[in-house]
Amino acid sequence: MLTKRIIPCLDIKNGRTVKGVRFENIRDAGDPVELAKWYAEQGADELVFLDITATNEERKTFAELVRDIARHIDIPFTVGGGISAVADVEVLLMAGADKVSINSAAIRNPQLVEDLAKRFGSQCVTVAIDTKYTEATGWKVYARAGTVETEHATVDWAKKVVELGAGEILLTSMNNDGTKAGFALDITKAVSEAVSVPVIASGGAGTMQHFAEAFESAHADAALAASLFHFRELDIPDLKRFLKAEGIAVRC
Amino acid sequence: MDLVIVDYKAGNVQSVLFALERLGVQATLSCDFETIKAADKVIFPGVGEASSAMAQLRARNLDKLLPTLEQPFFGVCLGMQLLCEHSEEGDTDLLSIIPLPVKRFETDLKVPHMGWNQLEKLQSPLFAGIAEGEHAYYVHSYYVPLSDYTIAQTSYPDPFSAALQYKNFYAAQFHPEKSGPAGSQILKNFLTL
Repeated sequence: MLTKRIIPCLDIKNGRTVKGVRFENIRDAGDPVELAKWYAEQGADELVFLDITATNEERKTFAELVRDIARHIDIPFTVGGGISAVADVEVLLMAGADKVSINSAAIRNPQLVEDLAKRFGSQCVTVAIDTKYTEATGWKVYARAGTVETEHATVDWAKKVVELGAGEILLTSMNNDGTKAGFALDITKAVSEAVSVPVIASGGAGTMQHFAEAFESAHADAALAASLFHFRELDIPDLKRFLKAEGIAVRC
Repeated sequence: MDLVIVDYKAGNVQSVLFALERLGVQATLSCDFETIKAADKVIFPGVGEASSAMAQLRARNLDKLLPTLEQPFFGVCLGMQLLCEHSEEGDTDLLSIIPLPVKRFETDLKVPHMGWNQLEKLQSPLFAGIAEGEHAYYVHSYYVPLSDYTIAQTSYPDPFSAALQYKNFYAAQFHPEKSGPAGSQILKNFLTL
């Protein structure tokens, strides 16, 4: 049976993991490769690396890092952050990334999604959607790291990028992100039911039960978290044992 | 051992190269007819779309060479599908090494079939040391149905060919290079065939 995926997300700046990570048994938790290897051993199903640096010079460092990650880990990984052109993606895939995640660039230029899918195949094109709910607007898509509201209603945008060739949606609820109060089940479910491709729930994970809800109630295919794993508030082997006991298909 | 990975600009070549490196094996990347023909073993990766991959193979005359190879050969993912006869993806004629069709998943489940799924009914030395029900990483929208050449199967929701063998041609729909320790073992098994 196809299993639900648990995905730790690592923010990268200048080739180092950003969020203060607490690990006793890793020599250098700021080293993305060390951390990635540790997560792979823990049973993470995939990893996401987001480059949060800005300049082109720093981006070159990121491509080298991607190569280093690919050299050392034996599970799939997605890379994102600042991708705006087919050429950017080519560099990252050639370096050994399995998928790329694009966000603001898809909003600026939806044609990019189609170009990437045609050139490299839908299977490696993840479109990341940052979404926020207000009573006045409903669920809307936000661009530029969640700072700019767009005209797009979230479900419509998800359907559009899938039509253009996205092979996966990474859906982050800005209302829930950082709250540890659980994933945004309603919008995750709405998007998951509206599109034919897998959906990754992101933002708000605080307990093991939250992951179960994302899979069972919201029909997410995967769930992503960052600090919850980095600070070891929750360990992946415990999480997977819990989900398995709940009757959810996981790899463990 | 002279191990060659077919490099035809449609493969996740780097990942396969790194996976072999982790096993302590150096491989050569090549699209050169003579180099591939002379290899002890050949790995044929592939991601992307079938018709453009076939165009890349034809541009290098590899559509003529690959069917004539006699050494152990391992097609991975799209590299497995390309060994078959015809794909519904882009209505594409393939290499016709293995007389099987490639079909699109017709299901209410999500497509692509993406993530870790179980290997079952393992019946080949390729799976030595691999337990029934072991998980492997998949990402694909098209599949090869069960056949006489199926040496492992996976269900989504119906069973399909997870791996094939026809003479010296072995193939896996999943990605051994991305399937953790089990995947490494399968690659290692291929190297000892």
